[in-house]
Amino acid sequence: MTDFIDAFRTALGLIVGLNPDLVEILILSIKVSLTAVAIASLLGFAIGGALAVYRFPGRGAVSAVLSALMGLPPVVAGLIVYLLLSNVGPLGVLQLLYTPTAMIIAQVILVTPIIGALTRQACQDLLEEYDEQLRSLGASSSAIVVTLLWDGRYRLITAVLAGFGRAIAEVGAVMIVGGNIDHVTRTMTTAIALETSKGNIALALALGIVLLTIALAVNASLIWVQRLANRLAYA
Amino acid sequence: MLDPTTPLEGVSDRLASPPLPVELIGLYYETGGKRVINDLNATIDTRRITVIMGPNGAGKSILLRLMHGLIAPTKGEILWAGRRMDRAMAYRQAMVFQRPVLLRRSVAANVSHALGLHGIERGKRAICVDEALKLAGLEDHASTPARVLSGGEQQRLCLARALSLDPDVLFLDEPTSSLDPASTLAIERLLLDAQRRGIKVILVTHDVGQARRLAHDVMFLHHGRVIEHQDAENFFEDTHSEGARAFLSGGLVL
Repeated sequence: MTDFIDAFRTALGLIVGLNPDLVEILILSIKVSLTAVAIASLLGFAIGGALAVYRFPGRGAVSAVLSALMGLPPVVAGLIVYLLLSNVGPLGVLQLLYTPTAMIIAQVILVTPIIGALTRQACQDLLEEYDEQLRSLGASSSAIVVTLLWDGRYRLITAVLAGFGRAIAEVGAVMIVGGNIDHVTRTMTTAIALETSKGNIALALALGIVLLTIALAVNASLIWVQRLANRLAYA
Repeated sequence: MLDPTTPLEGVSDRLASPPLPVELIGLYYETGGKRVINDLNATIDTRRITVIMGPNGAGKSILLRLMHGLIAPTKGEILWAGRRMDRAMAYRQAMVFQRPVLLRRSVAANVSHALGLHGIERGKRAICVDEALKLAGLEDHASTPARVLSGGEQQRLCLARALSLDPDVLFLDEPTSSLDPASTLAIERLLLDAQRRGIKVILVTHDVGQARRLAHDVMFLHHGRVIEHQDAENFFEDTHSEGARAFLSGGLVL
């Protein structure tokens, strides 16, 4: 128990003292996940908005697959990207394996279905209410998509936050395609896994505390965005 | 008291030129195995306000949607001055729904969004928005989120938004059914003014008093058919059909 308390004390020291290793890992993690979420948002908004508005054969199947992929295990996303980027894979020539770019690609695959499916649901709910009015105003399908995305903005923000929460906390995908290389591809989650297995509980704990804080902040913003939307009658 | 003869502020002086007559020829509409419109025939050839009445389920709302082109008839056709409905015709029409549908944006943004859909340049929208809000008496609420307005204000905004598009034809589906008398009066005043500007108003209402106040001619629907269509004066004084007579006298029409 005293070991644990010592580790906890050291961990807090690392955080308060802005330990360079910890800061480096933190910055890389956030950079990778933010980039991935930005790309996944653009893809997810487009896919979700289009799925809600356009009618085409196989639309239901695509929606179902998208929803199912929300639960895609990170290790599987990592494995897919690994196969694509490995030397013998179709994209092997790019030499991206074990780089932050590979990690971003893996997280985009992981997060796009989440943002896409939540966007589709948000747009579909709005469309139920808006459809006749928008068509009465002469809106084209693309104009309807744009209108729904903007009017669903608060729900899209929560979708993006949910995607970020997923990306920053996952370990499987970045571990496989990043390789947890010190100073290159070491993220908070992979570092926690490594340091714990090495017995360096203090650093693992410090990273864990930071990660938990980020998760709490994301959830707090979720609630705040929801409240704001309700107050403005925009929910 | 509002005087319906004084011109309203913020009104454009363009005179609308509705494509008349509207001919409804052998219309059928079926949905979910139910025939909602059943061999409906009628001709509307007046620029004044036409009111469509009838019991629930008579097909009034469906008929408006058919005329506006939101749904396609199962059989039959609708001609506007001899022409079939197309995209250009759709742009000359506007509709106000029973429950106000407003975007999750400010009052002003709701109007300018509609103007944008009609291809009005960004620079010209602001003036039209001002006009529309003045018309609806909502100029002090331009930046208010539209959905925090009261029910009456929301419906006034919907009507102002429709009028800002300078339509030739305006459809309304029971626009005042859940409004208080003051809001209803405001809407009716806007409708009379729209009529003066040459806009063809086609209004579905349950409110006999409203029909008496506004209608030039009344079309009475029952079971998806027009069972009576004549001048309002005659309709209210000398109702031919039993269904319409029962409806007017407050009886239950099944």
